Amino acid sequence: MARRAALYAAALVAYAFLYVPLVIVVLFSFSASHLGTRWAGFTLHWYRVLLHDAAMLHAAWNSVIIALAASLAATVFGTLAALATRKYRLRFLPVLVLAPLSTPDILQGVSLLVFFVLLNVTLGLKSVMLAHISFCIAYVAIVVSSRLAGMDPSLVEAARDLGASPWKGFWLITLPLLAPGIMAGGLLAFTMSIDDFVITFFTAGAGTTTLPLRIYTMIKVAVTPEVNAVSTLLMASTLVLVLSISKLAPQALKGMG
Amino acid sequence: MALLEIRKATRRFGHFVAVREVSLEIEAGEFFTLLGPSGCGKTTLLRLIAGFDTPDEGRILLDGCDITLTPPERRPVHTIFQSYALFPHMTVADNVAFPLRMARVAHGEIRVRVAQALREVQLAGMGERLPQELSGGQKQRVAIARALIDRPRVLLLDEPLAALDLKLREQMQLELITLQRLVGITFVYVTHDQGEALALSHRIGVMNAGRIVQLGAPDAVYEFPQTRFVADFIGTCNLLEGTVRRQTGARLTLEVSGLGELAASARTPVQVGERGVLAVRPEKVRIAAQIVPAPGEVHLQGVIHDQLYLGDVTVYKVELAGGRLLEALLPNSAAGVVKFFEVGDHVDLAWRAEAALFLHD
Repeated sequence: MARRAALYAAALVAYAFLYVPLVIVVLFSFSASHLGTRWAGFTLHWYRVLLHDAAMLHAAWNSVIIALAASLAATVFGTLAALATRKYRLRFLPVLVLAPLSTPDILQGVSLLVFFVLLNVTLGLKSVMLAHISFCIAYVAIVVSSRLAGMDPSLVEAARDLGASPWKGFWLITLPLLAPGIMAGGLLAFTMSIDDFVITFFTAGAGTTTLPLRIYTMIKVAVTPEVNAVSTLLMASTLVLVLSISKLAPQALKGMG
Repeated sequence: MALLEIRKATRRFGHFVAVREVSLEIEAGEFFTLLGPSGCGKTTLLRLIAGFDTPDEGRILLDGCDITLTPPERRPVHTIFQSYALFPHMTVADNVAFPLRMARVAHGEIRVRVAQALREVQLAGMGERLPQELSGGQKQRVAIARALIDRPRVLLLDEPLAALDLKLREQMQLELITLQRLVGITFVYVTHDQGEALALSHRIGVMNAGRIVQLGAPDAVYEFPQTRFVADFIGTCNLLEGTVRRQTGARLTLEVSGLGELAASARTPVQVGERGVLAVRPEKVRIAAQIVPAPGEVHLQGVIHDQLYLGDVTVYKVELAGGRLLEALLPNSAAGVVKFFEVGDHVDLAWRAEAALFLHD
């Protein structure tokens, strides 16, 4: 019994360490105080301020556009990458596809910046999208691969055997069976893109800003409750996405570890 | 002309030769079984016929047409997979309808033929279920219905009963025999289970190390194995190593160390002085407390070393002179008697010389 109690206590401390900071942010986003770190009664004031903050809304809009474009493109390329690594069974291929997962963001950010400058790509929305596509592909590929690994290879052979061309076999069997994995991979890519800071920071150039960049600029001045409000919204949307992923492809999140 | 003809097919994977110059003719309406241990190349050969793989050398002909390089979707050949490979996101009816959809058969006709096919495999009314809601035997039937709905020329079956439990397996064996007779489609069946092969097939091709080592009707393969491998792989067989001393026609005299000279028969040309094995099946060995040998019978004496009670029969392991063990099988046919012998009993053994085959090593 004592061991069990100790286990629960340890778990409680661990989860508190992870979630208490987030809870504080959510709490203070409803605080009437002008300081981001003091409680002075409940209000929705900061959410109203947020709705009228044109710069913040513009940054959020940019983030959503970038995340949509990046996750859509990465979903296509990542799925193709997963199919290719399965089909050709080359040892270096999965390594090349998944390497961005373990490369430090700062390194990716700097190298992409140098790359864009060398190619004379104007920094802005498009360069950020390209950068996000490049690191999102790996996330989609790993989720789709885990789904693919659980698929009986004789299913596609059976389709061919029963009269389906290679294309029909893909369209009628492979794709529908991979669909939950592809969706989950796309959502994961979306969440990775929408809250990315480091890579975006290096590839956005001077004029372009996204939600995480905007929040960072704001707290350099002071932690206002508006930052808490926007963080709460960001957190809520991320949570919804992660829950959807775990629902669509429960094994995908396990494979991430 | 044979329906399916394989001419000197070879398939290599790196240095490993999975199928080695296999030539084979299978007739229309035949139930043909490829039997062999795992890794003998039987599944690879099946995949060459299905078109999932192509041979490195050799040709495959169907009805006299070369189909060696024809993709699987354009061969009138279907496969029943070991895992059944039912499409999990489609209902039973959609699974069965799949070949007809691919062939662009009209919707109305598809509905009629699917209902008919499901009735034939006793799954009427199950069309709207998903495969994962079915039992193993039902999945098997859906796979069969799906593979036969567009009447292929050849049906390939890759160990289709391996996943079922014993009782169901026996029942499905009988169903498969009935079904094959009913539809008259050529079946090529792959299994490592010799009992299944003997029970189901018109002809068996025994495979080992990429080759077909013996081809024939089940009784011929069982009664007259041509090699030590076949004798050992199909059923159980007592194998005594020896040297040929004398030969008169088909009758041989073999010198077996520790046992002296034993009579045997040969079905292939033999040279005096050649080494080989004497093969005799346990059920051909007579075992009794005392045997007066009949003319033409081989007679030995031994001590019961071990016994294996199987209910209907008992297998006795008898120790011969020189410590060699020989198996003899005795039906437990006497009423009221549980066992005939106990461990340590002295017994006589005898078998007819024709039952003892000389096999080359």
